Amino acid sequence: MRLRQLALSAVVAVAALTSALTTSLAMAQAPVQFFPSLTGRTGAVAPNAAPFANGFADYMKLVNARGGINGVQTLVEECETAYLTDRGVECYERLKGRHGGATVFQPLSTGITFALMPRLAVDRIPMITSGYGRSDTADGSIFPWVFPLLGHYWIGGDVVLQHIANRSGGWDRLRGKTIAVVYHDSPFGRELLPIINRRAEMHGFTVLALPVPPPGVEQRAIWLQIRQQRPDFVILQTWGVMTTTAIRQSVATGFPRDRMFGLWWSGAEPDLRDIGVAARGFSAVMMQHGQARDSEVVRQILAQVHDRGQGTGPRAEVGDVLYMRGVVGAMLAVEGVFRAQERFGRGRHVTGEQARWGYENLNITQARLDQLGFAGVLRGPIVTSCRNHVGTALMRIHTWNGTGFDWSSDWLQADMNVINPMVTASAEAFARDNNITRRTEPGC
Amino acid sequence: MFYRENGQFKTNYKSDQQIFAVKQDRIAIIALIAFAFIGVPLLADEYLFRAILVPFLILALAAIGVNILVGYCGQISLGSGAFMAVGAYMAYNVFMRVEDMPLIVALLSGGFFAMLAGIIFGIPSLRVKGLYLAVATLAAQFFFDWLFVRVPWFTLDNPAGIAAVSNLSVFGWQIATPMDKYLFVLGFVVVFALLAKNLVRGPIGREWMAIRDMDVAASVIGIRPMYAKLTAFAVSSFIIGVAGALWAFVHLGSWEPLSFDINRSFQLLFIVIIGGLGSIMGCFFGAAFIVITPIVLNQLLPWIGRLFGVEISTAMVGHAEFMILGTLIVWFLIKEPHGLAKYWSMARHKLRLWPFPH
Repeated sequence: MRLRQLALSAVVAVAALTSALTTSLAMAQAPVQFFPSLTGRTGAVAPNAAPFANGFADYMKLVNARGGINGVQTLVEECETAYLTDRGVECYERLKGRHGGATVFQPLSTGITFALMPRLAVDRIPMITSGYGRSDTADGSIFPWVFPLLGHYWIGGDVVLQHIANRSGGWDRLRGKTIAVVYHDSPFGRELLPIINRRAEMHGFTVLALPVPPPGVEQRAIWLQIRQQRPDFVILQTWGVMTTTAIRQSVATGFPRDRMFGLWWSGAEPDLRDIGVAARGFSAVMMQHGQARDSEVVRQILAQVHDRGQGTGPRAEVGDVLYMRGVVGAMLAVEGVFRAQERFGRGRHVTGEQARWGYENLNITQARLDQLGFAGVLRGPIVTSCRNHVGTALMRIHTWNGTGFDWSSDWLQADMNVINPMVTASAEAFARDNNITRRTEPGC
Repeated sequence: MFYRENGQFKTNYKSDQQIFAVKQDRIAIIALIAFAFIGVPLLADEYLFRAILVPFLILALAAIGVNILVGYCGQISLGSGAFMAVGAYMAYNVFMRVEDMPLIVALLSGGFFAMLAGIIFGIPSLRVKGLYLAVATLAAQFFFDWLFVRVPWFTLDNPAGIAAVSNLSVFGWQIATPMDKYLFVLGFVVVFALLAKNLVRGPIGREWMAIRDMDVAASVIGIRPMYAKLTAFAVSSFIIGVAGALWAFVHLGSWEPLSFDINRSFQLLFIVIIGGLGSIMGCFFGAAFIVITPIVLNQLLPWIGRLFGVEISTAMVGHAEFMILGTLIVWFLIKEPHGLAKYWSMARHKLRLWPFPH
């Protein structure tokens, strides 16, 4: 009896699953450009990762409202990873072949990025890791499929140190100072250390590396150590609840917020809103954009997506820092397809491989950014090439004023004379270990 | 009707002691293995190989290791994730540091080092039992998490602490496509599952089970608890270590210690409990349940929503998946505390009488 029920329910489940698969196959008829979205809407990082997914989806809807990519409509399908690597791999495998093939992946997790990297070349799908992942992927002649557009951690680390040096009155004033780095104890967090250590060698300051095991709700010991050792500055390379905890602890231990700096994953509204005024003075390096509530693109999203009842997330969060990062990520993904269409046929669907060419030959001018509504949000030009998969190394710093962010620095340019040799050396070591040969085509 | 052992007489010790004593079982297992090696590669697509079958097989292998320790020897362990990590990182070191190291030797050496770690962390089992032992093995979990994060030697001084391998090949066979990976892993799983099945039927397996059922009584009849417990730890961690190396090399390709954190240990323990303690077959059922159910739910829920014209958000699906999986686990444990393997043995039992149950 029980066995029969079990067998029956198994048959029903299998039947349901097969029909689910067939319907999803039947849906893929109209030529659309498919942008998979790996989301982190649940789990430990949900407050930070959900706005990104919302911004990404909303901008894609805006592109469709504007008439698509020369007529080709964009399509977003989400897959929930909860920031877990094996779920991310499953999502990638699930989505990569859907709707005519994935254009580009943006995993929003360094762990998933690492796990997907070996698969990209086989599947001929590019990946944008804007502001995360491996810094040495900036060298596209060894990592042809990965694009850390707008910035990677070594650029971010260089800029935050520049900002500290500027405030102290020059690099030579840093000699003898101590800078603590509180970081997420994972490849994501450790990726920042090489540039900090390199700069420490150059300018003679001491680095105090303080790893925090994820998720990072327990940091008392680390902040006690900071109180004992009295570093002059603290840099946060944290994500999710870890950032909030770090700032709360700094309040508790009395370390001044205006000597604390985050990178772009540690300086958004969900990190600071609950602390409010007590967090005033905390600054973070931004990959160009920050909060952009009154930018043209946000106005357009509100008018053409949210006002039509198609908004993805809460209307109140439109224009927040991480929402804007999703918008910018979507914009970069779409611009690469525009560029690829110029070469492979206007108004035609492009494959992942063709899109890769587009991302490698981006030339997004200031005029184009203004046209797209990104005036004041991003600064052009963003120009990529085979040897430069980043496109630009401009950053800004914003500071929390208790309720929102104010810009507290001018545009800062990372010193590529320091970073490029590090990128080359690291990429070459990777190539050696994995038997990869540098691309030798012309212009590379 | 078909599943009767009547008339299958054993006329010598060899046939009496073979691994599957009933002829129909033998045929079924051979057919199953043949199907896995020949039928599945013809039927399955890339998604099925990469996202479901490979992780399922590797976790089933790890679960066999955990089951030997927890199910057969009765020593609760929460350090299985750590032993997987030892297997992965030591196989990586052997593979990268030694010139022209054959892949299989590297993977087995991962198992060897995991075995050493298992023996060392198994020593407390000589004094503490049950939940206290679980806490003691938890130490292994935290220690190895810490070790592989902190000591750069294990990751060949990679600045970000990432270990990565590529271009795997065995005897000139490039393990590149998802099907190659599946077949490679399947080979390991079949060999280890048959070995484990044989081991638990033999004298050593009986010693483990005697220790599990009552260690004082076992030592009275002449079983050395130290030997039995430490061999269980050794065999178990060896298999878990090989599974860890496969997880890292074949499934992930590049990994960080987070892939082997405490959640992995819990996951393996759940697989074993749901699949059935003390059953090799149960490991496969448990792994299938834990690996496949969330993915099926994740894809089924939006589809069901669309049937009724409701668009379920990604976050909602994520939460619902958690709740339904949790409910299913509780339901299974209440309905059948002996795990899914019990259903299997019940089915076999009924099949014997079928179609005349009375």
